[in-house]
Amino acid sequence: MDMKTVLSYEWGAMMPEFIILGTAILLSLFDLFAPKRFNRRPLAWFALIGIVLAFVSLISLLPLAETSILADTFRLDSFAKASKLLLLIGAGLVIVLAASHSANDGLGGYQGEFYYLFLTALLGAMMMTSSGDLITLVVGLELLSISSYILAGMKKKNLKSNEAALKYVVMGGISTAITLFGMSYLYGLTGSTNLGEMSETMARVSDSQVLYLLGLAFFMVLVGLSFKLATAPFHMWAPDVYEGAPTPVTAFLGVISKIAGFVILLRLLLSLFLAASGDTFGTVAFLEQNRVFIAVLAGATMIIGNVLALRQQNVKRLLAYSGIAHAGYLLVAVATLGGGYFLLDTVWFYFLAYLFMNIGAFAVFQWLADANSSEQRFIFVGLAKRSPAAAVAMTIFLLSLAGIPGTAGFIGKFHIFLGALLGSTPTDYILASILLATTILSYVYYFSLLVQIFFRPAATKEAVRFPVSLMIVLLVCVVGTMIFGLAPNIALDFLHQHFGDFTDFISMG
Amino acid sequence: MNDYLLPLLVFSPVIGMIMIWLMPKTEEKTLKQFGWIGTLMPLLISLFLYQQWLTGVSLSSYQIKWNWIQFGNLAMYDDTLYTIDFELSLDGFSLVFILLTTVLSMLAALASFYIKTEWKGYFLLFLLLEIGMLGVFMADNLLLFFLFFEVTFVSLFFLIGRWGYVNKEKAAYHFLVYNGIGSVLLLFVIATLFVRVGTTNIDALTHILNVGDVALLAPISPFLTDMLCILLFIAFAIKLPVFPFHSWMVRVHREAAPPVVMLHAGVLLKIGAYGMIRFGLGIFPEQVEKLALLFMIVGVISFLYGAFLALVQTDLKLVWAYSSVSHMGIVFFGFGTLNDAGLQGAVFQAVSHGAIAALLFFLIALLYERTGTTELNELGGLAEHLPIFSGVLLTAGLAALGLPGMSGFISEFMAFLGLFKEQMLLAIIAVIGLILTAAYTLRAVLKITFGKKTYSMTWRDVQGIEYVPIAILFMVIVAIGVYPMWLGQLVQEDITTWLLRIGG
Repeated sequence: MDMKTVLSYEWGAMMPEFIILGTAILLSLFDLFAPKRFNRRPLAWFALIGIVLAFVSLISLLPLAETSILADTFRLDSFAKASKLLLLIGAGLVIVLAASHSANDGLGGYQGEFYYLFLTALLGAMMMTSSGDLITLVVGLELLSISSYILAGMKKKNLKSNEAALKYVVMGGISTAITLFGMSYLYGLTGSTNLGEMSETMARVSDSQVLYLLGLAFFMVLVGLSFKLATAPFHMWAPDVYEGAPTPVTAFLGVISKIAGFVILLRLLLSLFLAASGDTFGTVAFLEQNRVFIAVLAGATMIIGNVLALRQQNVKRLLAYSGIAHAGYLLVAVATLGGGYFLLDTVWFYFLAYLFMNIGAFAVFQWLADANSSEQRFIFVGLAKRSPAAAVAMTIFLLSLAGIPGTAGFIGKFHIFLGALLGSTPTDYILASILLATTILSYVYYFSLLVQIFFRPAATKEAVRFPVSLMIVLLVCVVGTMIFGLAPNIALDFLHQHFGDFTDFISMG
Repeated sequence: MNDYLLPLLVFSPVIGMIMIWLMPKTEEKTLKQFGWIGTLMPLLISLFLYQQWLTGVSLSSYQIKWNWIQFGNLAMYDDTLYTIDFELSLDGFSLVFILLTTVLSMLAALASFYIKTEWKGYFLLFLLLEIGMLGVFMADNLLLFFLFFEVTFVSLFFLIGRWGYVNKEKAAYHFLVYNGIGSVLLLFVIATLFVRVGTTNIDALTHILNVGDVALLAPISPFLTDMLCILLFIAFAIKLPVFPFHSWMVRVHREAAPPVVMLHAGVLLKIGAYGMIRFGLGIFPEQVEKLALLFMIVGVISFLYGAFLALVQTDLKLVWAYSSVSHMGIVFFGFGTLNDAGLQGAVFQAVSHGAIAALLFFLIALLYERTGTTELNELGGLAEHLPIFSGVLLTAGLAALGLPGMSGFISEFMAFLGLFKEQMLLAIIAVIGLILTAAYTLRAVLKITFGKKTYSMTWRDVQGIEYVPIAILFMVIVAIGVYPMWLGQLVQEDITTWLLRIGG
């Protein structure tokens, strides 16, 4: 590769990544050279500015047609743009949570690292959304994962945080290894790491032996990524890690990492396995043939996530299991392929809703947990009296998580449900029924938090004051949850207008 | 004006909500008055609509339709595909229930003067509940119906769980789970229809499924239609409720605050009846015809079962709760007869029970306010000390047991007329229930008004503003009982349309 080709690339397509990278480097240098006594908290706002700039540059890139640079390893297609929008909005909100963490949560002198590791993790997630090659995909994944491992263990003196980090490293390592093992088969079969070339080769495969290997590879990749997505039965690490990590990190893992996990899953499934044929005659598509495995994962995840959430006293663990359950709902969309019409719309919209309602819930939780030095349910007791605004906000988030109409969570769930019913095979109906049955289960634990907020008398009447920054996050999240619940077409029209049917993504290569 | 009247009606309680929201939460008296004033606006609009109907204005001219949601990027193929509009409409049948809602809301707001704590939150939820109820009866598509349905669901959960008697939280959870199952079943039906047909508009669905000259996105097999119909009816049977889905409702009636129960028994249970008739009969006429016998049998069982249990209760609230189960059984078998008299009876019974149950639970509020108990064993001889109250209670009891000249009689009479026409044997069995009804009502009322005297001198009789709900509800009860035509005319047109679909 000579200088001329390098310069001929459309580097503008990578602008958001460059901004995030630049901000991360600046922050780390500043953290390195600034005197010890210097308060690191304002760095969070600097990080936020970086994220906002990246968001603005991404918006300006929206009209850009599909672009790929660096020998097709970095692609800015509709799917990448849509996912990056979600990632940047989510990261922006999470960084404000991080800026608002209270002094007594045990971060000690590691605040500087705290902020720029968020940015490197975000960078990893963004690279994943844009990767057109297995290598960049894995590099992005590892950048995200390794940053997250450190973030989870940020509370150095806290035993649970240490446990979380260690568990996360071990589990994450195993899952990466399994994923890579699966990918090595794919490379062996196709002789390339470029997703486009791979899918072309795979579409031509019809030998039953090779198909068998392809199935094996599919299986391993699916299992490996299931660890990352925390879907049952590979979810065991999630509650422990969520519990141990500082709350903003938990919010990050619960939202940004989850989006990134689904991005990589969808990219691999849709760009590789959709084109491959499922039997030697080429009559059935590979994904069609094997989606039942995803369906099993989805069913198990919904049931286990919701059932275990019922018994949690620790709210962070409850939110972790609720996150597992939501991953299950999303897998329903993947397993049913959204009925053939709705898959990417559904996943995108669901994540948009999930981002607002989940980060909002974490914001309320974070402040209450810090104020009470506890993570048990009782911290919500009497919130209605102590801070009516926060109580109403939390109610909206919980109702949305439970999928009550009028909130974005309902539209997201309804969308998934439509896709499942559109498929109309027995598998689809079973999944749809499990989705509904577990939704009722989820009412019980979401409403039990509402009972704490509204019905139980508070021990003290003293008002809880939320810092302004958290109030802004709450406001944004409430507005997002309500607007996209009452007028979902604001988001859906935006999606269709800018990304159409994601045709450039589906037919890549 | 016509374009905005229905949305204005649905969302008019918002004005009251804003007024309450602006008040500090310690201003008890102002909050209560604002809560009551908030219910006046919808009442006035609904009365205006009724007056318009009387002068011969077509109610369908108020229909509105605004673009709302479109799923999928399919506008290039067919821009109505997978769209859900915000559409409200009105006909005589829904106007009946809207009038019931607005009148009872106003009276329940008056009865809410007994609420002891948290007036601000209470009245905010109360008016939110009213928005939900009004929306339910006006929604012109299933998803919008579901949205408003869930608004009532959430606001009721809080109203039951926060402002009731001792075991209110448990009652709220029962309500949550049972109604959660009901609404999830409903959602399944709605989503399946939406996916297969591409719309949730009720008229469009009715047309497409029954006339069937439109190509469906995916065909609906007869088996699937049967299943959807059954699921829909289970969902509404939980809401109504009929045996064996009634246990949550009994708990709610026992534990929730009386004004909430007034609305719950008066209006919310009727959503079940409304849904069955409008969606069940409207969208699935053939299937309903197949299931008619089952409906009649379950209705009669419910009627007898509720009456038997009401006979042995020792708490007045439970007597009225089981009496509600029993009366909803009448609605159910009246509906199952699928003839003119039976359907009229079902609608009449729904409205009449709304007024009577609201009155009975208003009297419970009065009673509890004075005596602090509703246990039959702890009460007696009130006739001497509280003569007016006892008189009102007796009259309300007589209305409930179906004394001629009051609304209970005319509706039971018509429902039974329908049942005798269809299933003579079943009707003869069901008549036992009428005797039971008389027995349990008189037993409860007489136990309280006569017998061993248990009272304190501080209990005062009915007075002041308390006469207003009693007077209005009696007027409604007697008006239906003496001249049922005014109600019959409102619904006759719709009933004829539905029956034509079955017969023709």
